[in-house]
Amino acid sequence: MSGPILELVNVTAHYGRIQALKGISLRAMPGEIVTIIGANGAGKSSTLMTICNVLRASSGDVRFEGRSVLPLSPDRLPPMGLCQVPEGRRIFPRLTVSENLDMGAFFRKDHEAIRRDKDMVYDLFPVLKERRRQPGGTLSGGEQQMLAIGRALMSRPKALLLDEPSLGLAPLIVKQIFAIIKRINEENRTTILLVEQNANLALQLATRGYVLETGKVVLEDDARALLGNPEIRKAYLGE
Amino acid sequence: MTPVSRTDSARSWLMFGLGLCWLFVLLWPLLGIGADGVLSFAETFAVWGRIAAAALVCMVVWRLRRSGSLGFLDAPAGSLRDGMARVAAGVPRPVWLIALAALALSFPLYTERYAQDVAVLVLVYVCLGLGLNVVVGLCGLLDLGYIAFYGVGAYTYALLSIHYDLSFWLSLPIAACLAAVAGCIIGYPTLRMRGDYLAIVTLGFGEIVRILLNNWMSLTNGPNGLLGIKSPGIYLPSLADGFSFEHLYMRKLEYLYYVILVLAVFTVIAVRRLNFSRIGRAWEAIREDETAAEVMGVNTFLLKLLAYASGAAFGGLAGVFFAARMRFVSPESFSFMESVMVLAMVVLGGMGSIPGIILGALALIALPEAFRGFELYRMLAFGGAMTVMMLIRPAGLIPAKRMGKRGEEAE
Repeated sequence: MSGPILELVNVTAHYGRIQALKGISLRAMPGEIVTIIGANGAGKSSTLMTICNVLRASSGDVRFEGRSVLPLSPDRLPPMGLCQVPEGRRIFPRLTVSENLDMGAFFRKDHEAIRRDKDMVYDLFPVLKERRRQPGGTLSGGEQQMLAIGRALMSRPKALLLDEPSLGLAPLIVKQIFAIIKRINEENRTTILLVEQNANLALQLATRGYVLETGKVVLEDDARALLGNPEIRKAYLGE
Repeated sequence: MTPVSRTDSARSWLMFGLGLCWLFVLLWPLLGIGADGVLSFAETFAVWGRIAAAALVCMVVWRLRRSGSLGFLDAPAGSLRDGMARVAAGVPRPVWLIALAALALSFPLYTERYAQDVAVLVLVYVCLGLGLNVVVGLCGLLDLGYIAFYGVGAYTYALLSIHYDLSFWLSLPIAACLAAVAGCIIGYPTLRMRGDYLAIVTLGFGEIVRILLNNWMSLTNGPNGLLGIKSPGIYLPSLADGFSFEHLYMRKLEYLYYVILVLAVFTVIAVRRLNFSRIGRAWEAIREDETAAEVMGVNTFLLKLLAYASGAAFGGLAGVFFAARMRFVSPESFSFMESVMVLAMVVLGGMGSIPGIILGALALIALPEAFRGFELYRMLAFGGAMTVMMLIRPAGLIPAKRMGKRGEEAE
């Protein structure tokens, strides 16, 4: 396959009268890890929410596997293979870990395959297996992030959107989670679009990166080149 | 005694005193101001004194327990409780169910008309509470106009019975469907709203239905209500002349008790199956986090509409029975207060918990009856009992169990 799996063309979006996205264009090739970095309020999460149609784009187009997804409602996207791990994890606190995972496979009917995928998630995150009968809300922050990722994996995504997986987690846990993101990408050839404030870690993991500032893409380059870019180092890596 | 516990003790006694003073302030205007403007204190002091004495006894016992002076009682009480729990857990579930069924089935044999009347009412509210539980407890949509669907069901059967002489049993599915349609009609425009806004809109809908019933004279006969509704009928085999079936209207209260018992059992089973199905899990996901559920591929709008429609259908079933039992319907049976009562049962019993709601219905219907001895102060005692229940068990009488029920746990 040659075309991009996910492509945004000049997307704008508004919260009421405030413009959050001022013409975002980006693309992700199959099997790639693409990261979006930027400061608070740059429009990173809004970009992901617009891709999933929770926030409606005002203009522009979002294409997944060459097909525009803007006319579809958010619940139609996971069956197509586009799934999001939302910011702040947003697991279902009073459902058990196991039920949370089942919700990820809600639209699927193939019970056998769902069971196997669940075992795969438990392999990836053994702690979730230990706690599968606990309500999701009783897990620690890191475990909840694992649960949120596991839940999204249950939908067998071709492209996985991750919104700030490092948010509020201890550095050791963040490292662990990033290692698993890499593993998901390598084992399933899952395309990953990673939104992060922790630019250093994100750029080390990604193949390419976009830098967002006040709703616009200001820079686009290979992750390695961005890591070496003195301006980026100064603005986002704290040097 | 450490200083900490001494201040703790002083504090609770102070609160106790303040509470009693406050009660007096509340009580006196009710009892002390006479019709002709005469102020008296004697009666207030008599009532207040009794309450204060009872409260004092409770307070002393509680303080003694806190300070450990009743420790000698705790050990035997604890072992007694453990023993009871062991015995209860040792009895298999089917035995419990059979015992409960036997108790419910034989209820009319050893009770008076009054008790049966209360039991019928409790069962009607069990159906209503469980129906509302689908909407409020599972899907998390606050509905303040639920009684409208009860009204739709009742009037559907009333009209069908009076004008078309349709039987009770045939009317049940028709009324359930009509109530579900009414649920969709209200749900379709309003379910885009969340939280408080939805509550206000449903409140409005409940009132619209009541006012409609009140004013549509040609159809509903307005506030005068509809008379001449038939009781449920059954065909009994009869050997009077050859073998034939004899049609019998079940007017007697015992028969009606069995009819509503069947309806209530049906509702319990249906709601239980919904609760533990894939749809039930999606409803709970919507309750927990609507946006997250949507991003996981749940069509939240359709599922919320489904919750509304199925909740309404159970309300419609209860309404049919209500019309058949009273053989008369009028709009005043479907007031806002009824919605509040049903909601209170769900919240008091424990949202999402089926046994909790059954107990909640029992408590809210039976308690005011039990308090009839208090005469004038009946509703005061009822309010007090509700407050105490919510203080002691804030999550409901029997909170919903969240674990070990679904998915791989069932294996």
